Amino acid sequence: MLEIKNLHVKLADEDRVILKGLSLEVPKGEVHAIMGPNGSGKSTLAYVLAGRDGYEVTEGDILWNGESILDMEPDVRAAKGVFLAFQYPMEIPGVAGLTFLRTALNALKKKRGEKELTTPAFMKLVKEKGNKLNIDVEMLKRPVNVGFSGGEKKRSEILQMALLEPTLCVLDETDSGLDIDALRIVADGVNALRSKDRAFLVITHYQRLLNYIVPDKVHVLADGRIQKTGGKELALELEKSGYAGYSGKAA
Amino acid sequence: MAAVQETIDQVKKIDVDQYKYGFETRIESIKAPKGLDESTVRFISAKKGEPEWLLTWRLEAFQRWKAMTEPTWARVHYPKIDFQDIYYYSAPKSTEGPKSLADVDPQLIATYKKLGIPLKEQELLAGVSTSRVAVDAVFDSVSVVTTFKDELAKAGVIFCSISEAVREHPELVKKYLGSVVPQSDNYYAALNAAVYSDGSFVYIPPGVRCPMELSTYFRMNEKETGQFERTLIIADRGSYVSYLEGCTAPTRDTNQLHAAVVELIALDDAEIKYSTVQNWYPGDSEGKGGIYNFVTKRGDCRGDRSKISWTQVETGSAITWKYPSCILRGDDTRGEFYSIAVSNGYQQVDSGTKMIHLGKNSSSRIISKGIAAGYSQNTYRGLVSAHRKATNVRNFTNCDSLLIGDKCGAHTVPYIEAKNSSAHFEHEATTSKISDDMLFYCRQRGLSSEEAIALVVNGFVRDVLQHLPMEFMAETQKLIGISLEGSVG
Repeated sequence: MLEIKNLHVKLADEDRVILKGLSLEVPKGEVHAIMGPNGSGKSTLAYVLAGRDGYEVTEGDILWNGESILDMEPDVRAAKGVFLAFQYPMEIPGVAGLTFLRTALNALKKKRGEKELTTPAFMKLVKEKGNKLNIDVEMLKRPVNVGFSGGEKKRSEILQMALLEPTLCVLDETDSGLDIDALRIVADGVNALRSKDRAFLVITHYQRLLNYIVPDKVHVLADGRIQKTGGKELALELEKSGYAGYSGKAA
Repeated sequence: MAAVQETIDQVKKIDVDQYKYGFETRIESIKAPKGLDESTVRFISAKKGEPEWLLTWRLEAFQRWKAMTEPTWARVHYPKIDFQDIYYYSAPKSTEGPKSLADVDPQLIATYKKLGIPLKEQELLAGVSTSRVAVDAVFDSVSVVTTFKDELAKAGVIFCSISEAVREHPELVKKYLGSVVPQSDNYYAALNAAVYSDGSFVYIPPGVRCPMELSTYFRMNEKETGQFERTLIIADRGSYVSYLEGCTAPTRDTNQLHAAVVELIALDDAEIKYSTVQNWYPGDSEGKGGIYNFVTKRGDCRGDRSKISWTQVETGSAITWKYPSCILRGDDTRGEFYSIAVSNGYQQVDSGTKMIHLGKNSSSRIISKGIAAGYSQNTYRGLVSAHRKATNVRNFTNCDSLLIGDKCGAHTVPYIEAKNSSAHFEHEATTSKISDDMLFYCRQRGLSSEEAIALVVNGFVRDVLQHLPMEFMAETQKLIGISLEGSVG
């Protein structure tokens, strides 16, 4: 289970406070959506979960499986099962996707004290996962994200997620800039990975994605705090009335 | 702490501990008196038992050198070199005799073994036969041994020290020595011509494909000694040779001078592939000590349809001043230059190439990857020129620089001269930085920061790595990792 307790976060080099006492629980096996207006702290939450530099946690804690992850390096968190699907995945010129993923997968296995995969075993795994998700693995022969369309980048993120088999998946506005077909492939990918051992936190601005990924719970994030929590119908409500009622102070 | 900041700190820590070739071999040596005058030149020539014509050639070079001034156009800064404070000749005492493997001082064999260069043929033979490499080992001023000579001789290939070539094949040496890099070509080439002590000589007869990789391993051991070697490679009509050069030196807190000259000659339809892995001692974390590497390397595609390809991996030296070039004299000739230059700490690199198109339809390709970290400065300097009569020539140049941290610098200085309108020159250049975001992306997927940097850098240099001989690719990847971090691997 993911437990976020009274989390306060400010930017490391500025005085700006972004998260102001955010609390949230996502049990394994569930998909929770976080919706909120621009600037409400959605991406900050994603980055803080993954351990990016540039943020300072001034109060509160994040527990994953009962263990605080705040002092862990990003790669150690990854080894604990944390995965972030980026809103803007980075390009790595000259490094083939396959090389990148094999290096990453084996680095994770090494940290977990598991046996590393041989190249043939890895290739087999890639093909298997690609087929299952209906994603063409040809793109992994190209350098990571270089020259990828917006849709390709997001599909590549989902494929990476499937391969690395994380237990906590955080999707940061994975739907931004996608047409309806790409959106469906991403959603199908997430749905295929839903399992009782895995928790999902899907961050989105629009309700649209939630037509395809049906969440167990929806949280409204505004002004650095969860303002309201409800079922999937809350998303539809937001679609109609907008965030106007949440953008100011807590009710 | 930002991930990049961490890298910078790791990089700063790099000092003698990371330079694993920094040991010294205690061996008795014979030296010329310190300093340089005409008698030094005569001493070296006499030690080598050289013929009169070569002594005259050296003395001419020395006269020219005295009249020249040190070049200052390169983007490198260092205190003035006192040329009288250097030993110009140093040889292990034990090498003053016949040179067969059995006679070589075991201490020297052990030194090379420690460096990872096996000199015993039986050890090499025990390995896979396809990856055999013949080695000429140069220790300070002299060549100590050359392996596989007999086997190469069966193919007609001459591979020996240049001193031996002067004795055994004077007609070849006389014909080609200085024909690509003349005595007075530049300040350091003139100095080299006057005092060069040894180096390798290769001759591949017409139509012969050299049956194995040839390689020279240069080791500077004695302190306050300059190393001035001279390499001459001749590929006769239709022949092919691949040659690799490696260099290391002990860790010292004083600077040492290395001024080499390499001349390549490719006749009609011949091909020479010359690879360098330069890992001279780069100095410590404060920039103290290290090798001053002032090298003149030039290939002459003298015959039609000939091809010369330079590949260099430069990770060492406090100062690198080096421009392996091609004179594309014949028609339909081809010149290539592939370079990876890694600088760290206080290293200064000013390196590049010259592609001089004289023949019709000649083409050239330049791929240069500079990686600067720490407080280093990394400059690419290159010339591409087309002669008035060289019609339909082509060049493609790509210079990429990668910066790690914010205290280092990357510079690109291309010179392009087209003297006829049919020349087709392309130049591309990029400068990029390893960003915190890129590292975070890799680390989120499970890579440690060191693994992430190694992955990004190896991706950056991939186009060049592909041109290295197979055996050295993996080693080079490792070397780059070590140069940048000291703890990858």
